[in-house]
Amino acid sequence: MISLQHYLALGAILFAIGVVGVLTRRNAILILMAIELMLNGVNITLIAFARHAGNLTGQIFVLFIITVAAAEAAVGLALVIALFRGRDTLNVDEIHLLKW
Amino acid sequence: MFVILAVILVGASLMVVAQRNPVYSALFLILAFLGLAGQFVLLQAQIIAVLQVLVYAGAIMVLFLFVVMLLNVRDRQAPEAKLRWQKLFGLILTIILFGLVAVTVAGEVRLGPQGEFTPQRLAELGNAQVFGKLLFTDFLFLFEATSVLLLVAMIGAMVLARRRPLGASSPPPAASSRAD
Repeated sequence: MISLQHYLALGAILFAIGVVGVLTRRNAILILMAIELMLNGVNITLIAFARHAGNLTGQIFVLFIITVAAAEAAVGLALVIALFRGRDTLNVDEIHLLKW
Repeated sequence: MFVILAVILVGASLMVVAQRNPVYSALFLILAFLGLAGQFVLLQAQIIAVLQVLVYAGAIMVLFLFVVMLLNVRDRQAPEAKLRWQKLFGLILTIILFGLVAVTVAGEVRLGPQGEFTPQRLAELGNAQVFGKLLFTDFLFLFEATSVLLLVAMIGAMVLARRRPLGASSPPPAASSRAD
């Protein structure tokens, strides 16, 4: 029998893989993809809790998280396009205009 | 079934992070999303699984693939040894973070009072019906607020990605000086 802990562990693993992606990759698009992975790790945690607590609010939250992820991806990719036009690179180590 | 889907999910996620080519990363991310949709079905969240396939694997990943192919990044010489410790530190910090989360997860989880939608009741009522009823009654305001969020994101994406800023009288100094 698959218990709640299995799903929580799966969510934690997904989140950790996403964190590895954000911390180690240099491509801005890949960092956005890793953020999507982190969001999905949270999604599966919420759905598992919704199932095991008999409460559908978690599923509603996941719907809103998916919406926010779509908005975030659209704006993030627009920023990436604007950056690539202006600076001709996607390497986040070379984009340090705001770094003092 | 859980184990098969979990292995697909974790494997695909690792490939997303490990691939050198962003196109392959995006394709593996689609595989990961499909595996996740399968998990949602196992958790009796069929409507969320459908939304996951439609919105994530469909819309968002098409957007990602489109941008990856549009920009056609060719600086493959990137790995100068500028920040060589970064990967190591990133991995160590992630392992610490995962350890903290795992300790919390492995402990006893107290769920609080059981809600009214037990798995049996959900099965006879139908997930989509209950979900819709809840969404359009208790969470109606949040639902409407989401539409504003999507409008803002739409306008923001169009403004950010346009070629020239509004009001052509003030040309962008940084972009134009860098172009030549």
